[in-house]
Amino acid sequence: MKEQIRDLLSKHGTLPVAVSDIADDADLYAAGLSSFASVQLMLGLEEAFDIEFPDHLLNRKSFSSIQAIEDTLKVILEEEAA
Amino acid sequence: MNVLAEVQGKSLVERARQAAAVAGQFADDVDREGRFPHEAVAAMKEARLLGIQVPVHLGGEGASIADIAEISSIISQECASSSMIFAMHHIKLSSEVEHGIGDAWHEGFMRRVADEQLLIASSTTEAGIGGNLRNSICGIEVEGDICRLTKEATVISYGEQADAILITSRAHPDAAMTDQVMTVFLKGQYTLEKTHDWDTMGMRGTRSEGFLFKGEAPKEQILPQPFAEIAAESMLAVCHILWSGVWYGIAVNAVARAQDFVRKAAKANPGSMPPGALRLAEVSSKLQLIKSNVIAGLQKYDEAKANPASLTSMGFLVAMNNIKLASSQGVLDVINHCMLIAGIAAYKNNTPYSLSRHLRDAHSAQIMISNDRILSNTSNLLLAHKQNTSLLG
Repeated sequence: MKEQIRDLLSKHGTLPVAVSDIADDADLYAAGLSSFASVQLMLGLEEAFDIEFPDHLLNRKSFSSIQAIEDTLKVILEEEAA
Repeated sequence: MNVLAEVQGKSLVERARQAAAVAGQFADDVDREGRFPHEAVAAMKEARLLGIQVPVHLGGEGASIADIAEISSIISQECASSSMIFAMHHIKLSSEVEHGIGDAWHEGFMRRVADEQLLIASSTTEAGIGGNLRNSICGIEVEGDICRLTKEATVISYGEQADAILITSRAHPDAAMTDQVMTVFLKGQYTLEKTHDWDTMGMRGTRSEGFLFKGEAPKEQILPQPFAEIAAESMLAVCHILWSGVWYGIAVNAVARAQDFVRKAAKANPGSMPPGALRLAEVSSKLQLIKSNVIAGLQKYDEAKANPASLTSMGFLVAMNNIKLASSQGVLDVINHCMLIAGIAAYKNNTPYSLSRHLRDAHSAQIMISNDRILSNTSNLLLAHKQNTSLLG
């Protein structure tokens, strides 16, 4: 899942650094993730995983690191399966 | 101490009215001369209004953002420039109150703000960032215990008159543009070399000149939390709400003047309805919309504060953006309407019904963080956030 997140991050994140240089727990906002790019990334994730982000997970924390994105995706996938 | 006890025996609203009365006395002169409203700011200090937001245990009064919005509106009814200075000071102070508690230096600073009634200015704008305060070009350099910063600050409102400046920069010279911190520099720790003057249509008293800022201070004056979080969790919301309080105050006074005009006409011709009366009824409903908008913003902020994750949620950001848009546009609509009511008496300067200063001051609302920037930010958020369809939720 992290690999897919990394692919989408390099496609939509418009980061000034290579995604391969970013650790799983590194702060993506400090790495240069803008609010515009975070929404583009979210749309990419929705499309790739065939999910919909519920409003309560649309906050800064959900997109704050690669690990946080994976955690958020797992919550959504669980909620949708339930 | 007796003075302090006497001041604190009065309600915040009484103290605000006291400062507003002084602001009103000099408002036209401040506007005409484009000068800092030093009498009004001295009156705010005398009424001990600059430290009210500081928590009680640090020597303040723990006033809420709602209290401060109310005071902004009261002062703005007399002098919008004075009120905007009051609001901007408290927007900066909110960053300290929300993000500086628990840190020895910042707690000490808050104590000083309350004790000495220090006036705090803000420097977020910088040459070359295109107005996006979430980007910085300059970076703060830390060497040993000292931090140093040079910034081409194209706007620092009342920079020359302030006792301290909260200034944004990159976290270090090699950081990404969005990796920012905010630092407090006290008067004496920086120099300001004027680069841009402030000769404007309205808000002439805020003295929002541009400067080359050069500062050096102990490094603990850098706020520990990243500026991205400060902006997202408190600053933008407080900013939109307090500015809206200022603009609401301008609108209230415009309507009061229009109403005086209509009542005078009614008394001059007993038994007949004056020509502006219907328009007054219309504008009263427009004013109520702005008021409801600001109150809704305050309620939403209170609810979100109780649940920190929602402070950075897209739904909350959309709501705060909408509050800024509606009140900044609404105030102009109200004043234009009042112009129709009082006609030439509103158009002329130096009549009791004049709206020239109101109209010119209110035109700043759409460009203080450009409404186009806010709309494009909201349009981005709306690609993700789905609207809450309930009336009360």
